[in-house]
Amino acid sequence: MNDQLKARFDAETKGHAIVLYMKGNALFPQCGFSARALELLRPFGAVHTVDVLADAEVRNGIKEYTNWPTIPQIFINGKFVGGSDILMELSERGELADLVAGKSPA
Amino acid sequence: MLDAEMLRQRLLEALPGSEVELRDTTGTGDHFEARIVSPAFAGRTMVEQHQLVYAPLQAWLKTGELHALALKTYSPEQWKKLGPR
Repeated sequence: MNDQLKARFDAETKGHAIVLYMKGNALFPQCGFSARALELLRPFGAVHTVDVLADAEVRNGIKEYTNWPTIPQIFINGKFVGGSDILMELSERGELADLVAGKSPA
Repeated sequence: MLDAEMLRQRLLEALPGSEVELRDTTGTGDHFEARIVSPAFAGRTMVEQHQLVYAPLQAWLKTGELHALALKTYSPEQWKKLGPR
């Protein structure tokens, strides 16, 4: 991955408490997993969304950046949390609020 | 074709002392779900726990022999608090 793209991801993921790399945007999610991730995150604050379908470099780059093979990808407080399965599990365990508040390692 | 026991053995080699429960969800030997309680997961984030599971299965994932693995991972402490549900 080039330095410019890595710098972009660094800034983007640290610049907002909750960042969601998704297929489609908040108004029109293009994938059920992305839509579900957005709904799970919304109660915990503003979600900064990035549409990976708008830019192939971002779509491929984010997978390399996290070494994680699928979209959506969720960052909370600058830290990679995982994809939709992990988000769902954290939600069921009731750990999302603490994670957003910076109280849990997740 | 893979079966649950092959996956279980591989995971136990990589993560000694774990409790591993595996189920073939489709009966086709390529879609599985697993519940793993392992001391290796203590103090790790869920992403890190999942990566520890995927690492020893990488070869099968790459060839597509293993198509999907739904994971639930717990450290012994987390399991005491959360499971079984």
